[in-house]
Amino acid sequence: MTRMEKPQNFSRRTLLQAGGALVVSVGAPLALKTSALAADGTAAATRPPLNPDQLSSYVAVNADGTVSAFFGKMDMGQGLSVAIRQMVAEELDVPVERVKIFIGDTDTSVNQGGASGSTGVQNGGKQMRAASAEARRVLVEMAADKLGVPADQLTVKDGVVSAANDAGKKVSYSELIGGQFFNVHLDWNGQIGNPLYAPGKAKPKDPKTYTIVGQPVPRDDIAPKVFAQENFCTDIKVPGMVHGRVIRPAVAGAVPVKVDEASIKQIPGARVVWDKGFLGVVADKEWDAIKAAKELKVEWSQPTPPFPSQAALYDHIRQAPTRKREEGKGAGNVDDAFKNAARVIEAEYEWPFQSHSSMGPACSLVEIKDGRATCWSGTQKSHFVRAGVAAILGMPEDKVRTIWTTGPGSYGRNDADDCAADAAVLAKAVGRPVRLQYMRDQGTGWDPKAPASIHKARAAVDAAGNVVAYDFLSRGFSRVDVNTNGSKPWDTLAGQNLGVALKSGDGFGFPGESYGFTNKRAAWETIAPLLDRASPLRSAHMRDPVGPQTCFASESFIDEVAAALNMDPVAFRLHYVRDPRDLAVIKAAAEKAGWQTRVSPRRDQRGNTVSGRGIAYAQRGATRVAVIAEVDVDRGSGKIWARKFTVAHDCGQIINSDGLHHAIENNVVQATSRTLWEEVKFDSKTVTSVDWRTYPILDVTEAPEQVDIVMINRLEVAPSGAGEAASRPVPAAIANAVFDATGVRIRRAPFAPGYVKSSLS
Amino acid sequence: MNKKFSLNVNGQVHSIEADEDMPLLYALRDDLGLNNPHFGCGLSQCGACTVHVDGKPKRSCTMPLSEVGDSKIVTLAGLGTPEHPHPLQTAYVQEQVPQCAYCINGWIMTAAAFLRDNKKPTDAQIRTALRGLKCRCGTHMAIVRAVKRAAAMMG
Repeated sequence: MTRMEKPQNFSRRTLLQAGGALVVSVGAPLALKTSALAADGTAAATRPPLNPDQLSSYVAVNADGTVSAFFGKMDMGQGLSVAIRQMVAEELDVPVERVKIFIGDTDTSVNQGGASGSTGVQNGGKQMRAASAEARRVLVEMAADKLGVPADQLTVKDGVVSAANDAGKKVSYSELIGGQFFNVHLDWNGQIGNPLYAPGKAKPKDPKTYTIVGQPVPRDDIAPKVFAQENFCTDIKVPGMVHGRVIRPAVAGAVPVKVDEASIKQIPGARVVWDKGFLGVVADKEWDAIKAAKELKVEWSQPTPPFPSQAALYDHIRQAPTRKREEGKGAGNVDDAFKNAARVIEAEYEWPFQSHSSMGPACSLVEIKDGRATCWSGTQKSHFVRAGVAAILGMPEDKVRTIWTTGPGSYGRNDADDCAADAAVLAKAVGRPVRLQYMRDQGTGWDPKAPASIHKARAAVDAAGNVVAYDFLSRGFSRVDVNTNGSKPWDTLAGQNLGVALKSGDGFGFPGESYGFTNKRAAWETIAPLLDRASPLRSAHMRDPVGPQTCFASESFIDEVAAALNMDPVAFRLHYVRDPRDLAVIKAAAEKAGWQTRVSPRRDQRGNTVSGRGIAYAQRGATRVAVIAEVDVDRGSGKIWARKFTVAHDCGQIINSDGLHHAIENNVVQATSRTLWEEVKFDSKTVTSVDWRTYPILDVTEAPEQVDIVMINRLEVAPSGAGEAASRPVPAAIANAVFDATGVRIRRAPFAPGYVKSSLS
Repeated sequence: MNKKFSLNVNGQVHSIEADEDMPLLYALRDDLGLNNPHFGCGLSQCGACTVHVDGKPKRSCTMPLSEVGDSKIVTLAGLGTPEHPHPLQTAYVQEQVPQCAYCINGWIMTAAAFLRDNKKPTDAQIRTALRGLKCRCGTHMAIVRAVKRAAAMMG
């Protein structure tokens, strides 16, 4: 990437707009007195280059004593912003209210990877913590110089540095550097994105001394939303803007062959943008753009319908050629162990395509002006969208700015990045700023999907009833058929519609657990996508990518083995699980839920409604979660109510207990929705799940009555991700509870009433 | 064809010219420049566009201008302000309800009308009253807590 030609211009405007932070480059902080800034009015416009190795890229002290934190990861509403503000405030010893955060603007933050894999705190926070600790160290050294007191005899409180033994000797951060940028180099590891790390010389605080980190500080972005004062990305308007809509084919893979522009000539300002497979319209008014997209007469090519019937999906996954196979770290000799087994237990599980179906379809605004482009987007990854928009526009990246703005919900690679690229195509074609929001059928029908998969598990048991071998295979569409961001044209619909060939990647995952079976193997296999261009069934990341489906199979199977061996499900896990933190969450959940030791299923219930309990657990990275579900099953209708959950969660050091509580609760509810209801339907031509009727999700009347949460706080363990982990064990916990209640094992998601009813009979 | 409409929104009267088939949502967002409500589905399925029309929660995404007449329209911004918040807005902040927050018009505007007519509702009554509204982030538990809290505030 090349550097911006005039960083100072962008920086100044951005920062003044951003927070009134008049931030001035002063060279080395200790050279303050000799700085030329007073002599040069424009010096206020300069900032050291926005590089990962500059302290100024992460924190600045403003003239009014507030602190600006510049963050290259995005908050999708899980309270990451306040968590980062707490980490910054803690290290700098300033009140958290004084820390302002600026997120995901490519002009003010470096590429820390965006919202990605629940690494907001784990990686992003780690960097902000290191940078803030270094800022404090530098400020204390500056104060030492100014006050004539050695640095080790200074203390900091509320942004004021004072001598430990003479409170009269003091100087505030704002007096030291307020309104000026740090000019301090960090020890950058040379990486961008999630692995970016650039510490200074300072060592962050001892967690035992924390007063801000760990507290349930409320989010400050909720009131503006509740009072309708905050602009979402859907609300951004610029002068001269027109509204765009894109048009998708009724048969996936079809391209326009004839477009009758006259068919919309009665609509004021309506224009067609047609380039190869790309087709869209713009109009001055949004309703007119919608009408134009609806009324435009288009003749499409007639490709062979690309998809198998829905009923044949899992057979297709079983039979399609394997494109890539990968094995995880195993143990022993699995094949020999199975040959010598006294008993083999086997089962197979199925998981459908699922849609992000964000609350609103994606929206983006692209403005091209004076040789530069600006893109407003609700994307999870604004730096990568900058690259994608630049590629679509044929502009260098440093001429493109992406401004992340709160979007209509996001749980991974949803439709946001496609929308940014589509808006760029429209804006370039019509020479005006274009605001594009997809329609509902596009948000649900055409977002990248969570991949469908099958999972085969088998266990070998010896004559004494010990599990001696375990073999687990996931097989499905790739989690990176299109990549996790839209930085490359082949990963967006716009790029593919303009003729760039898909470069489908391969990836799936392994169960996250620590069962100490002597012989153990886990593997995954991916198959090719059903359609290799602009497919509504292209697969990508969705909340806890491939985690819920893999864990659904692996933890359902563990339960099946426990039942087959007449063991209590918790006791079985405690017997075989090895990792102490894993054991701790299982025990904590069982204790909180009042788990009674017995073998599943219950077999003591009569009547139409039967109840059961089930446990599942998982590691997700360094995070561990155990979930106990208690369900009621209506045998007549097949309807399941996941009435109560008990969650034990260990993500190391807790930054904000209230934010964590909400993140866990929301994950549990969303994962319940995915387990009970969610399945992308399709026919041979295209996806037929296009709205909330054809892609139903959990209703408030079906939400749990109670979610009890045990948060294990490990101060000395580096914080790990909490944005997705609690989703992972939910499907298996529900399935295991249904088995406990009914004696019937549900091995295919979703557990919709019709399917459950037929399984029970 | 375009017609003249007079819209009474949050106590102010606005004149616009628009297609009579155009849903109220686009008049509010596009012609009046209000940033709430939101477009969620355009199908009356989710609630993100909910406003009060003469005190009743209505999905503005499917309500054509021709049906609005001289009704009084109130949006989320008109329900309360930081200085004079509706109890539900206060409760939403206290309970830290939203994740993405794109859905909140539906829940708050629907619950506001429900609580006006139903004092001290049970959990089950609250859930039934909110049936059909969508929240994709899964904040349902917090929503119900906030509505209960608001109900308690409203006595």
